[in-house]
Amino acid sequence: MSDDNPYALSHLDTLESEGVHIFREVAGEFERPVILFSGGKDSIVMLHLALKAFAPAPVPFGLLHVDTGHNFPEVLAYRDRTVTQHGLQLHVAGVQEYIDDGRLRERPDGTRNPLQTVPLLDAINAGRYDAVFGGGRRDEEKARAKERVFSLRDEFGSWDPRRQRPELWQLYNGRHAPGGHVRVFPLSNWTELDVWQYIAREKIELPEIYYAHEREVFFRDGMWLTAGEWGGPKDGETVESRRVRYRTVGDMSCTGAVDSDATTIEQVIAEIAASRLTERGATRADDKLSEAAMEDRKREGYF
Amino acid sequence: MTATVDTSATSLLRFATAGSVDDGKSTLVGRLLHDSKSVFADQWEAVEHASRRRGQDAPDLALLTDGLRAEREQGITIDVAYRYFATPRRRFILADTPGHVQYTRNMVTGASTAELTVVLVDARNGMVEQTRRHAAVAALLRVPHVVLAVNKMDLVDYTEAVFASIAEEFTHYATALGVPQITAIPISALAGDNVVTASAHMDWYGGPTVLEHLETVPVGTEQADAPARFPVQYVIRPQTPEHHDYRGYAGQIASGLLRVGQPVTILPSGQMSTITSIDALGEPVDVAWAPQSVTLTLADDLDVSRGDLIAPLTGAPTPTQDITATLCHLHERPLRIGERVLLRHGTRTVKSIVKDLPGRIDVTSFDRGTGLTRVDNPGELAVNDIGFVVLRTAQPLPIDAYTDSRRTGAFILIDPADGQTLTAGMAGEAFPLTTSAPPEADDEGWDF
Repeated sequence: MSDDNPYALSHLDTLESEGVHIFREVAGEFERPVILFSGGKDSIVMLHLALKAFAPAPVPFGLLHVDTGHNFPEVLAYRDRTVTQHGLQLHVAGVQEYIDDGRLRERPDGTRNPLQTVPLLDAINAGRYDAVFGGGRRDEEKARAKERVFSLRDEFGSWDPRRQRPELWQLYNGRHAPGGHVRVFPLSNWTELDVWQYIAREKIELPEIYYAHEREVFFRDGMWLTAGEWGGPKDGETVESRRVRYRTVGDMSCTGAVDSDATTIEQVIAEIAASRLTERGATRADDKLSEAAMEDRKREGYF
Repeated sequence: MTATVDTSATSLLRFATAGSVDDGKSTLVGRLLHDSKSVFADQWEAVEHASRRRGQDAPDLALLTDGLRAEREQGITIDVAYRYFATPRRRFILADTPGHVQYTRNMVTGASTAELTVVLVDARNGMVEQTRRHAAVAALLRVPHVVLAVNKMDLVDYTEAVFASIAEEFTHYATALGVPQITAIPISALAGDNVVTASAHMDWYGGPTVLEHLETVPVGTEQADAPARFPVQYVIRPQTPEHHDYRGYAGQIASGLLRVGQPVTILPSGQMSTITSIDALGEPVDVAWAPQSVTLTLADDLDVSRGDLIAPLTGAPTPTQDITATLCHLHERPLRIGERVLLRHGTRTVKSIVKDLPGRIDVTSFDRGTGLTRVDNPGELAVNDIGFVVLRTAQPLPIDAYTDSRRTGAFILIDPADGQTLTAGMAGEAFPLTTSAPPEADDEGWDF
């Protein structure tokens, strides 16, 4: 509660209410929705909203995870615990399988984030999913700032920023052509700080790598990356033990850790509020590829 | 970034910006983000880098809001972009809408959820056709607060008379169209005058800066005193041993307050019952209000499903199959009499037919003597046209007048063939002024 108006909701209550409204709209309008769930904080908050939206009934959708094969073991363990705890259905699409049977080729730089698009689209087609919930936020990146809450994809999974429908009031239009689907972003209007404040308020458990811990890391492209079989360190890069935490959790090959002493959610929030870098600028190599890196990947059907 | 911001319980303001090409809107938005310390170091470095590459001496604030590649190439904004920033007092969601004539639909989109609109005017040019269009869209969509930002005051030597004359003309126009609250602020987005910090060059202005106004304007007020409306989104039936007979009606309260024990009617069927519980996302409460998402249970075992509207017994809207409305047409394909469309209102979608298009309004044609020019029986409404429609729906709809409720008076028309959103609709006559002339302006001058 704030301001003089006794009926003004706090910003977290407003965002939560909006997110729940979006989940319920999809449940009411679509045949086969699915939630993209990576075990990252945004997808965890999404699932939390879905659990609240349909209580005391279970969430009426399953989860889909695109596993790059380079995911953090702590995050995969969290994912599996969560699925069991809430009695959810999980479908995993593995980039590794595509590489093993030759449908995809490893990139020279070793990063697998761009390789997720094909397994993702195949899984959406195979599951005949008509609504796919993603944890994308508009504050993350320039191309995302222009995306609708209900974002139409054609049969190739492509996003065409010039042909988006106007999205008026809270009247989401999810009609789509056969073979196409709709990406739905319940956290569109959340910022990174909102997500963390909400996690604190709701006492949501996260994978432990979001909090400060000792880790073997090496320095590449201005970031601390986790050493491991995926392809680091290379010659000239040296491994050292540092006290770090992760601000975002993606593929190990392109998600950097930040130096941190924050072991509680309150300390994490304090660090984030004081940070001078965006979370993607600080920790995501995939967005540094080019000025329009995210825009290009989105057009091709990326998350 | 400020390190000690306590943002745990701030309110949220959704607002929109509108301006013509070269009014400096991107610079204003960049200035708001930059001076409120909402720009991260890596974003700022990217702006400095891009500015240098373009041969500019100083970082170009407008580049902060630079979007898609096609926009960079053409130097224009194509689509509504959403920006997020916060001060210790408030969280802001900004719908940044491009100002070209052909993008009226983006303006309508941005204004539909906004509680405030900032209309930008170049102090050297004064009100232009686009300004009239922006004011008309704000009035049509019933945005509660409008800010007129008279920009580039540095280029008119910070002259009070220039500002006062534009402010007077705009206020008269917008008031006549039905905008309830107008605040005019003289600014220079480039130099930073009166955007976040008060100007040192305009002693004659004693009002708030743009950010001060954004931080203090009341939010959520229109929801509280409106009659309660609850569109049912989804019926929750766990069918587990623990919750065997549970039937919860899930939805977001569109307006007003709901209480446990309140007698309600379910529309369009007209069945009656009483609210027995309200679950506010895990917390049982006695009272809930817009825009909370809740789950209701009712005393009686009724046939209630998605698309129904729950409302108090008194003051409930009368369901009707004949809807008269004001439209803004959004699609390149014109809307014609006889066309079969889908009408989406609240959580219900019904078939409907365009029975008549009795008029089109030229929103830029305002004249003090005759008001807005209305063209009778235009035959069709083209993209970006604003006009009137008579619709016949296949089932009765419990629709409110848009002037009473922005949530339950609004609808969209959808093409049944390809699913495209065709039209933004507002039930009733949205403009107070198409036939009667406005009162003569008295000559008190401009009062700050």
